[in-house]
Amino acid sequence: MSDLSLWGMFLAVGIGTFVMRLSFVEIYGRWRIPTLLSRALVYVPPSVLASLVLPAVVYPHGQGAFVFDNPQIPAAIVAAWIAWKTRSTVLTLALGMAVLWGVKVIAS
Amino acid sequence: MTYRTGTEAFIQGVRTLIPLTPGVIPFGLVTGVMAIEMGMSPGMSMGMTVLFYSGSAQLVALQLLQNGAVPVAVVVTALIINLRFIMYSASLAPYLHHLPRRWTWPVSYMLSDQSYALCAVKFSSGELGRFAPHFYAGTAGAMWLTWQLSVLAGVYLGASIPQTWSLSFAVPLSFLALLVPNIRGAASLGAAVVGGLIAVFAVTLPYNLGLVTASVGGVIAGLLIESIRKKALSNASTNDVEREAQ
Repeated sequence: MSDLSLWGMFLAVGIGTFVMRLSFVEIYGRWRIPTLLSRALVYVPPSVLASLVLPAVVYPHGQGAFVFDNPQIPAAIVAAWIAWKTRSTVLTLALGMAVLWGVKVIAS
Repeated sequence: MTYRTGTEAFIQGVRTLIPLTPGVIPFGLVTGVMAIEMGMSPGMSMGMTVLFYSGSAQLVALQLLQNGAVPVAVVVTALIINLRFIMYSASLAPYLHHLPRRWTWPVSYMLSDQSYALCAVKFSSGELGRFAPHFYAGTAGAMWLTWQLSVLAGVYLGASIPQTWSLSFAVPLSFLALLVPNIRGAASLGAAVVGGLIAVFAVTLPYNLGLVTASVGGVIAGLLIESIRKKALSNASTNDVEREAQ
């Protein structure tokens, strides 16, 4: 992809995100957020994040190729448990990577 | 507490944000490293960081670019992830809208999960008094600076990290660390499980439509579970459901 189309893409996301951040601050008092929409928005982060995590863990080589000796699966399970218990980004990243490296060393 | 001057409120806002930085810096480092590993120049990586100012959207965009997704899919996915800012904007608008545009535009640009989380409750309780926007600007500005500097550190670290470290796995791990605190009950758990499973089975759909399909499916699942539980619990305690629906 050319640098120019990358910049165009970044600009599109940047402007779109800015508009969403500004939205209700700018139009305050003229339009109310519909109840169903505000209820639905609560479920956007868990849904989107899970649909990013699961395929990335299950398919280590990208597009839809399941492999059985995949060290990412135990690493992700441990990381999820750590995140649940500690709520700490640092520990989740550190121990998740440690398990990945550990399983790779044992398997090789 | 109420503040006597705007500067005092601003400084207190900065101080309130500092304890959150250990959770932010690793994301920034990972983002910077990923951008460099993808072959982007330091200038372009930082340009992207300033334009996005959204770690999750930026990491997702980087991952999609690595998978060779088309530009439209990258933009749409990043914007879907950022839809939550509409909700934050609606929640903070009553306390910020009266300011002149030379203030509302910059502080809106700097709206983040962290400063929203710090300010939403304090705003509605009214404890900040009339300098509430200054307090908010303190949290937002400190967060912005923390993020930019940690990505910059990642950008300069990036080139020195060997491929064998499999650091790209840090991206799904970061998402996992963001995901887990978002699961606050049966409905959000349902949204995550349904979204995740659809994404796994729909991964071969073209143009990265799998992710969009999965996200919409997960949101619908969350809404359905929420309304089923509301009906089932209408006679019992509904605190749990209500807390989640906020």
